[in-house]
Amino acid sequence: MAKRKTFDTRRQAGFTAIAAFCFVMLYLPIVLMAIFSFNGGLALTRWEGFSLVWYVTAWHNEVVQAATIRSVVIAAVATVVSTLVAVLAALAMGRGKSFRGRSAMFALINQPLMVPEIVTAVSLLVVFAWVKTTIGYSGLGYLILAHSAFCIPFAFMPVRARLQGMDQTLEQAAADLYASAWQVFRRVTFPLLWPGVLAGAMLAFVTSLDDVVITEFVKSAGQDTLPTYMLGQMRRNLTPETNAIATVLLVFSVVLVVAFFFVSREKHAKAQL
Amino acid sequence: MAVTQPNTDLVIANRRETRNRWLLLLPSIVILLAAAVGPLIVVVIYSFLTAGDYGGVVWHFSWDGWLGVFTTSDPFDGTLSLANAHISILWRSVKLSFLTTLFCLILGFPTAYFIATRPVTQRDGWMLLITIPFWTNLLIRTFAIMGLIRNEGLANGLLEWLGIIDHPIQMMFTDFAILLGMVYVYLPLMVLPLYASMERLNFSLIDAAYDLYATPFRVLRRVIVPAVKPGVVAGSILVFVPSLGAYVIPRILGGGTQLMLGNLIELQFGQARNWPLGAALSLTLLVMVTVALIVYVRASANEGD
Repeated sequence: MAKRKTFDTRRQAGFTAIAAFCFVMLYLPIVLMAIFSFNGGLALTRWEGFSLVWYVTAWHNEVVQAATIRSVVIAAVATVVSTLVAVLAALAMGRGKSFRGRSAMFALINQPLMVPEIVTAVSLLVVFAWVKTTIGYSGLGYLILAHSAFCIPFAFMPVRARLQGMDQTLEQAAADLYASAWQVFRRVTFPLLWPGVLAGAMLAFVTSLDDVVITEFVKSAGQDTLPTYMLGQMRRNLTPETNAIATVLLVFSVVLVVAFFFVSREKHAKAQL
Repeated sequence: MAVTQPNTDLVIANRRETRNRWLLLLPSIVILLAAAVGPLIVVVIYSFLTAGDYGGVVWHFSWDGWLGVFTTSDPFDGTLSLANAHISILWRSVKLSFLTTLFCLILGFPTAYFIATRPVTQRDGWMLLITIPFWTNLLIRTFAIMGLIRNEGLANGLLEWLGIIDHPIQMMFTDFAILLGMVYVYLPLMVLPLYASMERLNFSLIDAAYDLYATPFRVLRRVIVPAVKPGVVAGSILVFVPSLGAYVIPRILGGGTQLMLGNLIELQFGQARNWPLGAALSLTLLVMVTVALIVYVRASANEGD
């Protein structure tokens, strides 16, 4: 006989109210920021009619164009490099087998996550400043190298998680049927690994695209990315143009994160079958 | 001979496996040594060198960088005294990081509880709502907070419109602004691990406690909190660590007057041109973060027993 409950024990007094407050507060500032990117006037917080003028301004701003291209180039190259090396690393150490130097390797791969960004930033500043004066090269290579390094753990994690959840009997079966090591990888391991690789690449891309601190310290003059350009604008002249750029970047990140969510959820659904 | 033959085969196979493994690991090792671990070692070396007059370092051993973390030396007689400016910045960093963790816990705990008590099919959706801000640009979220608390911002506008204040309250460039920004930015980092441990919470224990006439507060304190303690520890560390190393948030919302450790480090590599001191301050920050992480690992290891 079910006892009639006087109240739902899953409800703690006031918890729902605080949760509602948190959800509203998490989105209110970014929604307001997005709304004011459509403001017709110069004001950041006084509504002067709907307009796309700031999007048009940003679109035609050559500095913004250059920064956007730079951001995308750096993020794309860093994503390819970090995902590639992370997949290789995950294959070498993804499966439970222990080997000497394994925990040291984990520490090395996770190092960018443990060290505060500002510390990595100044250490790269110090080293790259010396390299720049020594070999005379001051292109985008430094930024790409720095981004590739801190993207590795983000690309590594989903691939490794995927490898650990993988059914090894499929590979053994392929090997038993005289598939070469390369064929096993190409036809069995890699297709199974693909969602993890894709998820890792997406995380790496977003991480690189959003980076401010390390880029700010590593970049040479005239190498602003979109985030460092915005950081500069925030200290000088704020117009809704910054809102417009921020909104575009925001929408792009949100789309990628939601896509990532569904890619990894599909993995869950399949794992449960 | 017949016995040793398979053994040597095995040894060769093992060797090949080891070699292949390190070949696969080599690219990551090279990149991470070049752009993560290597530079950090250089910073350790720099912290023991003498500052150059125009930035950079002179290759001459010196303790000045490390002494400069807590002390200033008198330019005339060289006597050391406590560096009040540095100590107040260090103190602000620790204080604000601690308060950020506390407020994130106060706000994040009920939020995670709320999500964990939703029907299973809805939980992923609620968690996505927490995750989205976490993966959007930190700079953009800081900028969004700025729109809220500027003198012409929404908060002041609302208060003036309501007739509560005549003049805008100065919120930007205060410790409050930094605190608000950090709580806003790092809240998801608290909710994620809290939710992970609450999802496994056995709610029949809570029912049992209520059946035995426990008050809601007692249920919270004696049943829920002990069960989700690993999540609380993990969330607190995940918030505390980046707060301590915060750079962008205090730079924008603190506006160059309310410095935190990250900004003090930047200052040494910029205007102050004292690289050894900057290196020593960076390592001080790194040590503080490492201690917090070790505490975390210890705590979670104990939970596992």
